[in-house]
Amino acid sequence: MTSPIPVLDIVGVSKRFGSNLANDDISLSLAKGEILALLGENGAGKTTLMSILFGHYVQDKGQVLIDGVALPPGKPRAAIRAGIGMVHQHFSLAANLTVLENVTTGTESLWSVASRRSEAREKLLAISRRFGLTVDPDARLGDLSVGEQQRVEILKALYNDARILVLDEPTAVLTQVEAETLFATLKDMAAQGLSLIFISHKLDEVMAAADRIVVLRGGRHVAERRAKDTSKAELAELMVGRTVTRPVREASTPGEIVLEAAAVSVRAQGVDVLKAVDFRLRAGEVLGIIGVSGNGQGALAQLLSGTLARTSGDLILFGTPVEDRLSVADVVASGIGRIPEDRNREGAIGEMAIWENAILERVADYSRRGLVDRKAGKAFASRIIDQFDVRGGTPTSRTRLLSGGNMQKLILGRNLINRPRILLAAQPARGLDEGAVAAVHERILEARRAGTAVLLISEDLDEVMALADRIQAIVGGRLSPPITAEEASAQKLGLMMAGEWQAEQTHAV
Amino acid sequence: MRFERREHRPLALVLLTPVMAIVAALALSGILIAIAGAPVLEAYWRILTGAFGSRLSTTETLTRATPLMLTGLAAAVAFRARLWNIGAEGQLYLGAIAVAAASSHLLGGLPAAIQIPALLAIGALAGMLLLLVPLWLRLRFSVDEVVTTLLLNFVAVLFVSMLIDTVLKDPTAFGWPQSQSVADAAMLPKLLARSRLHIGLGLAVVLAFILQFVQQRTVFGLRSRAAGLNPAGAVFAGVPLGRTLVVVACISGGLAGLAGAVEVMGVKGYVTTDLSPGYGYSGIVVAMLANLNPLGVVLAALFTATMFVGADGMSRAMHIPSYIADVTVALSLLTMLTAIFFTQYRIRR
Repeated sequence: MTSPIPVLDIVGVSKRFGSNLANDDISLSLAKGEILALLGENGAGKTTLMSILFGHYVQDKGQVLIDGVALPPGKPRAAIRAGIGMVHQHFSLAANLTVLENVTTGTESLWSVASRRSEAREKLLAISRRFGLTVDPDARLGDLSVGEQQRVEILKALYNDARILVLDEPTAVLTQVEAETLFATLKDMAAQGLSLIFISHKLDEVMAAADRIVVLRGGRHVAERRAKDTSKAELAELMVGRTVTRPVREASTPGEIVLEAAAVSVRAQGVDVLKAVDFRLRAGEVLGIIGVSGNGQGALAQLLSGTLARTSGDLILFGTPVEDRLSVADVVASGIGRIPEDRNREGAIGEMAIWENAILERVADYSRRGLVDRKAGKAFASRIIDQFDVRGGTPTSRTRLLSGGNMQKLILGRNLINRPRILLAAQPARGLDEGAVAAVHERILEARRAGTAVLLISEDLDEVMALADRIQAIVGGRLSPPITAEEASAQKLGLMMAGEWQAEQTHAV
Repeated sequence: MRFERREHRPLALVLLTPVMAIVAALALSGILIAIAGAPVLEAYWRILTGAFGSRLSTTETLTRATPLMLTGLAAAVAFRARLWNIGAEGQLYLGAIAVAAASSHLLGGLPAAIQIPALLAIGALAGMLLLLVPLWLRLRFSVDEVVTTLLLNFVAVLFVSMLIDTVLKDPTAFGWPQSQSVADAAMLPKLLARSRLHIGLGLAVVLAFILQFVQQRTVFGLRSRAAGLNPAGAVFAGVPLGRTLVVVACISGGLAGLAGAVEVMGVKGYVTTDLSPGYGYSGIVVAMLANLNPLGVVLAALFTATMFVGADGMSRAMHIPSYIADVTVALSLLTMLTAIFFTQYRIRR
């Protein structure tokens, strides 16, 4: 603690939702100019605690003190007035308004006749200069990148004179480069006397950015460490409650080529999303496609999922050229398992039962003369639940009730249970907590051992380096030539993700 | 006070929802009855006896419920797949006029056993065609079908109005705009002698059971539900979205067209522009009251018909405007939407 009176003091806060104790007697304090990380898995109670701080929830017990003065519970306006600013994971901004309008929304009285636009602009520009958060006040929010939108969300909090800034999983939506810029900004803000709390379940960024780390698990404050006195391994164990090791791929010899793309291009809505890509996928190997998201991964995944047609080029599946386009039914029937990038949007239909989600993409196998074989469907779902350790639901319960990790296990299960020949995994561990990541990786490696060819599309360097035998980078719809895992280093992959291989090629020519 | 999403929806609560919604709607319209200066409980008693007090009123209520069941099913099927068919009224009129035209000009000479099924099919087909136009616009150009189906109602009703004042005008109707009558062999057999109750009621109930089965048990039912709940997820799972919606539209539009056909062939015998007192729109209320459940539609249609028929009786006996029935039915939609909200969320302090 650097100053005697903490800026923020949370004392013995408890909050119960039904039978679930989301926060159990949590206390923590925050000093002026400090960056505190709130580390915990999904469901550990981080967001609940911050919602109490911000007045969105009313705690059952305990107090929030700002500069030693108790904050009235359940009053967001009081929290804002006391200097608390919140940067939400899902931004609370309006896409059709300008940056300046977004920032000033809610700050002007409803009854004032003239809006004080020029003063507001002055203030915004002053803040933006002070913290190096450059953004055009007149740009329409919808035209900005996600990173810039987050900057606007931070500016909005600062515009309301926030002294305590809470960021809820700020890097979840950012690319690596954007995240590093953000951390530099946060450190600068702390140096200028702001106090920051950021919520995360990523060990790297917690170690990189925070002064102090509070670990929550199961709603309890389980540990508190100074960043310089701890390690990633210790934090991982504290967070999960047991030692978690991500599995690592062992050496193996790949089999025959099961899928080959030669100069495949895809044009969608007038944009070339894939430009003459080449790759070969062999049985029993993991081919990693690494790249910052938005570089054509979506199109590549859709092309192989059967939801997008190629414009030109050749696809050879199991030695046979694909004539026209693949349909989803063809893809599933030919033994290609698919893990979609967005499990909530594409991977499952939340309001339907688990068994219905299990069979939907292979309904032909679970129906006779147009009638769904419910018994067989439920039995299939039961097998997945047993073999893939899906917790929190029975075959007939609604899929929405599953946690992210368990939903991903269900999706993995329905694809892997029948030994697919190819597994297409798009960002399979995105947004999952440490324990679930390890489980997903283990399943992917297990499939590889069993001879499945895995195409892993990911933007996580650690994930690709741990799982892939060969790696290609995707940049602007182009694929780099492959490198082997042995040749790969974080630095080399970083260069490839920046498109550096193209320069080499032109030199060679 | 804030709302939290419920983890589980208890079955008892789901079943109680429409009952509570109707009780709440009756309580609210009771205030209006009191303002109109009548004793509330007696007014409700009069509504009940007005709808079921005699053989005549009971059959009349059931006759009224028949087209409501069909338009209610039309809305329920479409809404399940998130196809917002607000055009049942227009589809009903098109089905009605198609039947009148076909029977008076083409098929009038055929025996009942052939003519009736043929006419029912023609009526359904006319309704289908009218819904396929907005569906095509949606699939091809992403035009919002709420707007197109709603506006096509006016197009359809005015088109029918033109036909019955020109080419299909009945020359024996003393100049009234009225279509030629269908052949006697086209009239649906009565369920009860000396009443207006016809076998259309049986048809509607059987169709409700069939639809319940289709939605619960068939691949098509599974797919149309998936398409409605999460189109992106459905496409990823290989559901042919366009084709599924086309089938849904054929069923929905067909049912609405059938409502028109049944009303002409079972009750009126000819088409006028007041053939339907808003059955197409009331069908939306019926479907919502039933929470889009086909069997629930049968009950919800009975409730709605009870209110409409009973209110006429009450209005005569107690000198309260019979518009109170419209108010109650409209209120029941609002209370039902509120009640559905509370089955999904709970209140927390």
